[in-house]
Amino acid sequence: MSVLVYVETWEGKLKKASYEAASYGARLASRLGTDAYAIVLNASDDASVLGKYGIKKTFSVKGEHFQHFHNYKYVEAIAHVAEQIQAKALVLSGTFTGKMVAPLLAVKINAALITNVVSDPQEVTPLTVKRSAFSNKGFVYYESQSEVNILSILPNALGVSESTGQGEVEEIVHTPETNIEIQIVEIDKVKGKVPLPEAEIVVSAGRGLKSPDNWGMIEELAEALGASTACSKPVSDMHWRPHSEHVGQTGITINPQLYIAIGISGAIQHLAGVSGSKTIVVINSDPEAPFFKAADYGVVGDAFKVVPALTEAIRKFKAQ
Amino acid sequence: MKVLVCISHVPDTTSKINFTNNNTEFDKSGITFIINPYDEFGLTRAIWLQEKQGAHITVINVGTSETEPTLRKALAIGANDAIRIDAEPTDAWFVASQIAAQAKEGGYDLIIGGRESIDYNGSQVPGMVAAMLGVPFVNACVGLEVDGGKATVIREIDGGKEKSIISLPAVIAGQKGLVEESDLRIPNMRGIMQARTKPLKVVAPVESERKTKAVLFEKPASKASVKLVDPDNIEELVRLLHEEAKVI
Ligand SMILES: Cc1cc2nc3c(=O)[nH]c(=O)nc-3n(C[C@H](O)[C@H](O)[C@H](O)COP(=O)(O)OP(=O)(O)OC[C@H]3O[C@@H](n4cnc5c(N)ncnc54)[C@H](O)[C@@H]3O)c2cc1C
Ligand SMILES: Nc1ncnc2c1ncn2[C@@H]1O[C@H](COP(=O)(O)O)[C@@H](O)[C@H]1O
Repeated sequence: MSVLVYVETWEGKLKKASYEAASYGARLASRLGTDAYAIVLNASDDASVLGKYGIKKTFSVKGEHFQHFHNYKYVEAIAHVAEQIQAKALVLSGTFTGKMVAPLLAVKINAALITNVVSDPQEVTPLTVKRSAFSNKGFVYYESQSEVNILSILPNALGVSESTGQGEVEEIVHTPETNIEIQIVEIDKVKGKVPLPEAEIVVSAGRGLKSPDNWGMIEELAEALGASTACSKPVSDMHWRPHSEHVGQTGITINPQLYIAIGISGAIQHLAGVSGSKTIVVINSDPEAPFFKAADYGVVGDAFKVVPALTEAIRKFKAQ
Repeated sequence: MKVLVCISHVPDTTSKINFTNNNTEFDKSGITFIINPYDEFGLTRAIWLQEKQGAHITVINVGTSETEPTLRKALAIGANDAIRIDAEPTDAWFVASQIAAQAKEGGYDLIIGGRESIDYNGSQVPGMVAAMLGVPFVNACVGLEVDGGKATVIREIDGGKEKSIISLPAVIAGQKGLVEESDLRIPNMRGIMQARTKPLKVVAPVESERKTKAVLFEKPASKASVKLVDPDNIEELVRLLHEEAKVI
């Protein structure tokens, strides 16, 4: 018996969300009295760094079959390693890639899948874990009815546990058997930006900004903080900002360390996607804006004055 | 072309969520149920396939008789017929097994579901259906064009988009982008009248395990009240974020 963590890469590099999954897998393994292993596909990074997060050994799968993401091929390779090490629990991160992989993997290895996991297991037999549901408006404890389990971690919900140590890395070859063809014709990536669900700090703005031309100050604040940018739904509906920035019930769900909401009223559907954030700062000219009820810190004021001042103060703070 | 659209029956987005029976059940009292918003985008895209490419649309739900108004609404929007698998949809594996069994029987070219149900946020059912059928699966789909036995799909990836060509049959899990909000259809009187007489087949579930069980529900801890910072003293906010919240 053992634990297997699927470690994702981003342009060949190990993803930050994967360190969180690795840490989770290592903690779970120690509770089960066993070891945690990892599998990474098509990585250019040295995977021995996963040792710092408690991974004993990483199986690094290379080769032409894995150069591009292909959910069925990836799942086969993961299932192959899982079988080799007799994994009873698999851990991965609930990113877009994770969600392409997890349900297929569950069927392939006949496992229970629990997604949106936000805490270490309450129990290990039967496996019982807390997961987020109702778009952040509630939690559910799920009990597994299966021998083999896959846990998909809500990105950023738990963070990493880091120590010292180096993991082993073993390169393996796997030739997938699937005859499902996926012909990728185009990949359109926003370069250099942290994917929104993984960002630790998110600066977000709404209709209160009045025009797409006013986003310069939002981007400057985000840059000063090393944050990603987001927006409310009407803003993306009006094409002021790309749809990929839309957070909320019908957009992306995020739970960063810090969420700064500027000129956003705080409608229930917006809150559904952001209320998992550790700390929420609201900047709004209307003291009655509902968002203040969900905020940790609030500034009642005009965004056009407050935001540049805040950017300045952050820069000063960072310079110290 | 035969299209199967999976419809999840979920609380309206404005719902206040409460639990009952010692927090072992979701409290349905006073809740309005709707077509899962992600499924509505998929249904609308399917209607376009019906109008422009002559597709036949079947909507399917795994649920008890209380979900029938939701299926009737899908029929009023324009689906040709409906199937309800008469069972409590408490586990993704179980639900996917039911849909996969119907899909095998019906010989659909395309199965459209949603990225996630907005109640349990599982993101599981469509992918499991695809794997059970052994056909391509595309999650977070924001673009779909069908041409003969192939589909060109665009999916959201971390920080971008990916366009690919897959062969049919296939399963996609959709979201906004498949169609825009302004494309969604409100059923008109004629649609509602027609929906009453469109076929809604009720089917007994096939044998399947359930691999998970919800044992307890919990509400998020309520927030302490907001700390207001004077806009003329914004350095104070930076100090609080650093020293108190420890997030910068
Ligand atoms: C089915 C459904 C799903 C939905 N899903 C989502 C979702 O996923 N995400 C989402 O965001 N919304 C969603 N909505 C929409 C949601 O209900 C709100 O309409 C939306 O969030 C409002 O966006 P906003 O706060 O940017 O705009 P508004 O509500 O117009 O708020 C603008 C705010 O800016 C403030 N303001 C104005 N001028 C200034 C200034 N100079 N300085 C500072 N503040 C200023 C105002 O006081 C106001 O509070 C959904 C709605 C429905 C029906
Ligand atoms: N009970 C159900 N009946 C029919 N389709 C469902 C059901 N539950 C989930 N689905 C479909 O699967 C998608 C993802 O749901 P979930 O895996 O529950 O997040 C939904 O958007 C629906 O398209």
